[in-house]
Amino acid sequence: MLNRRNFLTAAVGVAAAGGLAACAKEDEGSSSSSAGDGGGKKLTLGFSQVGSESGWRSANTDSVKASAKEAGYKLQFSDAQQKQENQISAIRNFIAQKVDVIAFSPVVVTGWDAVLKEAKAKKIPVVLTDRSVETSDESLYVTLVGSDFTDEGRRAAKILEKVLETAGHKGAVKIAQLEGTTGAAPAIERAKGFKEVMDADHKDDWKIVASQTGDFTRAGGKQVMAAFLQSNPDINVLYAHNDDMGLGAIQAIEAAGKKPGKDILIVTVDGVKDGFVAMSEGKINAIVECNPLLGPQLMEVVQKVKDGETVERWIKTKESDFMQAQAKDALPTRKY
Amino acid sequence: MTTTPRWRALTHHHLFWPVAVLVILLLVNVPFTPDFFSIKMTDGHLYGSLVSIVLFGSPLILVAVGMTLVIATGGIDLSVGAVVAITGALTCSYISDQADQSALSGVFLAMGIGLVAAVVCGLWNGFLVARMGIQPIIATLIIMVAGRGVAQLITDGQIITVNSEPYKLIGGGYWLTLPFSIFVVAAVVAVTVALTRRTALGLLVESVGGNAEASRLVGIRSMRIKIMVYVFCALCAGIAGLMISSNTSAADGNNAGLWIELDAILAVVIGGTSLLGGRFSIGGTVVGALVIQTLTTTIYTIGVPTQTNLVFKAAVVIIVCLMQSPKFRAKVFGGRFGTKPGAKGGTGQPAAAQAEPAAATEPAPKMEVS
Repeated sequence: MLNRRNFLTAAVGVAAAGGLAACAKEDEGSSSSSAGDGGGKKLTLGFSQVGSESGWRSANTDSVKASAKEAGYKLQFSDAQQKQENQISAIRNFIAQKVDVIAFSPVVVTGWDAVLKEAKAKKIPVVLTDRSVETSDESLYVTLVGSDFTDEGRRAAKILEKVLETAGHKGAVKIAQLEGTTGAAPAIERAKGFKEVMDADHKDDWKIVASQTGDFTRAGGKQVMAAFLQSNPDINVLYAHNDDMGLGAIQAIEAAGKKPGKDILIVTVDGVKDGFVAMSEGKINAIVECNPLLGPQLMEVVQKVKDGETVERWIKTKESDFMQAQAKDALPTRKY
Repeated sequence: MTTTPRWRALTHHHLFWPVAVLVILLLVNVPFTPDFFSIKMTDGHLYGSLVSIVLFGSPLILVAVGMTLVIATGGIDLSVGAVVAITGALTCSYISDQADQSALSGVFLAMGIGLVAAVVCGLWNGFLVARMGIQPIIATLIIMVAGRGVAQLITDGQIITVNSEPYKLIGGGYWLTLPFSIFVVAAVVAVTVALTRRTALGLLVESVGGNAEASRLVGIRSMRIKIMVYVFCALCAGIAGLMISSNTSAADGNNAGLWIELDAILAVVIGGTSLLGGRFSIGGTVVGALVIQTLTTTIYTIGVPTQTNLVFKAAVVIIVCLMQSPKFRAKVFGGRFGTKPGAKGGTGQPAAAQAEPAAATEPAPKMEVS
C-alpha cells in the first residue's frame, strides 16, 4: 500500500516536474519576447493547417512558414490532418500558450463557435486563411485571407472570351465542365461565377453541354472527359475547376484522337506547376490562378491586427490570369 | 423462340442476372449516345465507349477478382484502396527519381518494389486474420486507414508526375490496337480461373470459407489458404495500383483507389458470390465489375446532374440486388423467372427490366398484407 502510494507520489512528482520544466521552457520563450517588448517584440503566430492533401496545400504551408520566418515572427505550426478535433485542440493549445494571433484554415465550415469564443475571451485575434467558417457571432474572427472562388469562375469565363478570340473561334461554343468535389465550396462557386458571366454576356452563343464532377482528381477528369467525348463529340471548350482534372482530360482528349488546346480549347483554375507545363506545351489555353502563396499577405494582416488596426473582413489573395503566351515565362517562377 | 428447357437452363445459370443487368445498362446508353457501340480506329488503336469501359474498368476488375477469393473464405479486405495508393506512390516516386525515366530496367524495378510492398501488406492482413484470429473487417481496416497516410508520406503529399513511356503502357497504353490493361486483366483472370477451377485450390478456398475449423480437421491447412488469398488480393490491388497511376502518369496518394474497396465488394456481390463465403464465381465478379464501370460511364453520358449521381447509382444497385434475389423475383413475377419457364423468350427480358422501378416500389405493401 505504502509502496503504491510512494510510487504514485513519485509519478505525480515526475509528471509535475516535467510539466514545470515544459512551462519553464515556454515561460522562457515568452519572457524573452516580453523582455524585448520595448525594442521589436517577437510576435508569436499560431497557425493550424488543414492537412497536406494536395500540392496546392503544401505550397500554402511552405509559403506561410517561409514568410513567417522572413517577417521575424515565431510560428507555432500545427497540422490538423483533415480532422476538426485536431484543429480545435491545436487552437486550444495556442490559447494556452498565449500566442499573439491565431490563424487557421478551417477543415469544415461549422462547429467553431466554442473554441473561437475561448480565444475571444483571452483577447487573441483570429484570422482565417483560405476557407471561411459559419459562426453565430461575426466578431469571433477578424478577417479572412483567401481566394474568391466565385470571382475565379467569372475570371475563367472572361479569359475564355480572350481564348476564343485568340483561337479565332467562330460559331457555337459547346462547353464541357469538369466540376470539383460535389458540395465543396470551390466547386460550387467556380461553377456559379462562370455561369453568371455566361448568362449575362453569352446567353445565345455559349452552352454548357455536359457537366459532371471529376472530384478534383486526374483520374476523375480523364474518365469523365472520355465519356463526354463519346456522348457529345462536338465539344469544343473544356472548363475544368482545377488543373489536375484538366490534365486528366487532356489525356482523354488525346486518346480520342483530338488535339487539346486546338480542337478543344481548355481553361482551368489553380495554376499548379504541372498545369503550366501543359500550357507551355500548348495543351491548355489559359489558367486562372488560385494562389496558395498567401503567406506574405497573411503576415501583413497579422501585424496590422496585432497593432490594433482595422482590417477588411475579407482580404482577397493576389491572383492573376495566364494566357498560353505567358506560360513559358511564368513556368520557372511556379513554386508548386 | 427458344425451347423451354433451354430458357430454364439460361435463367438458372448463375451468370444470367449479372449479364442481363450489364446488357440492359449498355442499352440504356444508346438513346443518349447513338454510336455507343461503334468502335473505330484512332491513332492506331481502337476507340469507343466499350473500349473506354474496359480500360477504365480494368483496375476494378483486378481488385474485385482478388476480393472474390478473400470473400470466398468468409473474409473481406478493406485495405485494397490503400494498397492501390501505396503501390502507385512507391512505383512513381522510384521512377521519378531515375535519370532516364524511360529505361526499362528502372521501370521494372520500380514496379517490382511497388508489388513487393503490396505483397507485404497482404502478408500483414493474412497474418492478422489467420494467425491472430482478428476479424477480417478490423484487421484490414488498419491498412485501409494507415496505408493512405503511408502513401502520402511516400509522395510527400504531392502528386508525383512521371514521364515514362514504358510505364504508361500498362494502364494507359495500347498493344495490338487494344488497351494493354485488357491483356493484363485477361492474364490475371485466366491464371486465377485455372488455379481455382483446374486444380483443387478453388475447392479448398470454398471449403475454408464454408467451415474453416472443419476444413482444418479434414487436413486442409486453412491458415495457409487464408494467408494466401489475402496476399493474392493485395497483389491484384498492387497491379491495379500500377494501372491507375500509369493511366494518368501520376501518383496521387490521396485519391488513387479511393473507395475502390467498396466498388470491389459490390462487384463481387453483383457477380453472385456469397458474402458468407464458401462459394464464388470469378466470371460473375468480372461481369459485376463491368456493370459498375458501365453504370459510372452511363451516369456521365446520360447527363445525370452531379448532385444526384450517388442517388442514381444507389437506385440502380438496389434494383440490381433485388433482381438477383430469387425470393424477390418469386414474389414480384410470380415465379415467371426461375421456377417456371418464361413463355415469351428473349423479348420478355427487357420488358421486365422496364417494369423494375415500378416493381421495386410495389412489393412492400404486398408483403405487409401477406
